Amino acid sequence: MSIDAKTVEHVANLARLELSGEEKEQFASQLSAILKYAEKLDELDTEGIEPTSHVLPVTNVMREDVVRESVSNETALRNAPDDEDGQFKVPAVLE
Amino acid sequence: MALFDQRLQDLHNELAAGKLSAAELTEAAYARIAETDERIGAFLTLNEEAARVRAAELDQAGAAKGLLHALPAGIKDNIVTKGLRTTCASQFLSNYDPIYDATVSGKLQDAGAVTIGKLNMDEFAMGGSNENSSFRPVRNPWNTDYVPGGSSGGSAAAVAAGQVYFALGSDTGGSIRQPASYCGVVGLKPTYGLVSRFGLVAFASSLDAIGPITKNVEDAAYVLQTIAGHDRMDSTSADVSIPDYVGSLSGDIKGMRIGVPKEYMGEGIDPKVKEAVLAALRVLEDLGATWEEVSLPHTEYAVATYYLLASSEASSNLARFDGVRYGVRADDPDNLIDLYRKSRSQGFGQEVKRRIMLGTYALSSGYYDAYYLKAQKVRTLIKRDFDQAFEKYDLLVGPTAPTTAFRIGEQIGDPLTMYLNDIVTIPVSLAGVPAISVPCGFADGLPVGLQLIGKPFDESTVLRAAHAYEQHTDHHKARPQL
Repeated sequence: MSIDAKTVEHVANLARLELSGEEKEQFASQLSAILKYAEKLDELDTEGIEPTSHVLPVTNVMREDVVRESVSNETALRNAPDDEDGQFKVPAVLE
Repeated sequence: MALFDQRLQDLHNELAAGKLSAAELTEAAYARIAETDERIGAFLTLNEEAARVRAAELDQAGAAKGLLHALPAGIKDNIVTKGLRTTCASQFLSNYDPIYDATVSGKLQDAGAVTIGKLNMDEFAMGGSNENSSFRPVRNPWNTDYVPGGSSGGSAAAVAAGQVYFALGSDTGGSIRQPASYCGVVGLKPTYGLVSRFGLVAFASSLDAIGPITKNVEDAAYVLQTIAGHDRMDSTSADVSIPDYVGSLSGDIKGMRIGVPKEYMGEGIDPKVKEAVLAALRVLEDLGATWEEVSLPHTEYAVATYYLLASSEASSNLARFDGVRYGVRADDPDNLIDLYRKSRSQGFGQEVKRRIMLGTYALSSGYYDAYYLKAQKVRTLIKRDFDQAFEKYDLLVGPTAPTTAFRIGEQIGDPLTMYLNDIVTIPVSLAGVPAISVPCGFADGLPVGLQLIGKPFDESTVLRAAHAYEQHTDHHKARPQL
């Protein structure tokens, strides 16, 4: 599978990354090489093999819905790049 | 003998007798860092003021607080520490001040350890050479022209250089074991789920494991004893009873059945590394273990499987770094989407972007089945290899890495070659089983690591065999000249 610059642009958009022209070219060739290497997996017949997403059996963990101590508003905002009135501030979402 | 070369029990006896103080141990750590870290680059953030206060408190309290009482510890910088900057070696988090402690950070505190500082790493734990740190590369204490391995390169180098008594690292595809091998120290990746991941900045959630990096196996057992255990803050943490790891170090491995994966000793493995592993197997044989060759036939598919799965999980996990709630926000965005884009593009380094791109591609519409799902199925086959081998053997043994450390800059332009350094650690991560790397000699002046792999949650056998080996060899006692 070869990746072209247009695909790189599409994937970068999905990943919310902005790439320079140089980065796009570099990633196109590097990702193509990595995906070509990954084609090795096609040598294996995996028909009827269950996928493993986790090595341990993972189940939902439930707890009683009771109020517990939580972080304060001030603490939660300690690392905020921008905040106002106790909330995270971002540029307008709607024009 | 240097202070940090003494056995834990001897240090504790001296502390109890009043011949040594937590303050002296703490000062010894900072003195050694001052003397060596300009050349090594293991630390990103020092905790000097708080560590000194803490040491004084421990000294005043008198009685030993816990298993790791007064011991100077370094913590990899992807494990959050309340009020102590945690960067993941990324510019994105260069100002991040955690509001909580990781479960393991809290457990170290409770056991009396003194946090000396935060250790350098490949950015977001992506890499095997520490060249991907966005602050500065770490250098191998045995030869500063060489990489220390990665991604826990700062952790391994700090222990090897005698800057701390022990360190915590994290391992997703070999990130504890491979740097331990390159730096000539002990590194243990526990069974997936044995140690809580709460507060470990997630890279690949189905693979990430926190573990100790130490100078000897006994210390690794003490640290594991401290950090293992179920945690309600991590829904993937296993609810299993924790055995007495230190007590399992009996030295007796008579009758132990060892399998040596032939795929770990074949093509691509440096003959000198292979020679050191064979010599180690003779020692284990002398101690009463038996070994024979075994096949893990899907080994050759592990690296491709890993890079698809780990990158996919990473692309999802790293979506949280959007410049809204923490981290560095780009200036003057046009709108919210632009804020995400600019902040991420400015904050992440090349390897992180490359893996996010690979993972996003593998998960994207039209390619999910061909790449992600396919890799998950191959993971099942790889895990079965281990299940079958462990029906017959108590332990699998081989090298930790195909070669010794390489020169800084040698592989940086070729990601695929770099990925192949993890060829014998990645299958173990995919299977989720425990493994330790212990020093087993030198090749061309650089340390070689022996990897001992165990059944799920059978760290006791892994530690017992590694300890028995160590008792009959001197490789772990060698120290770099700095």
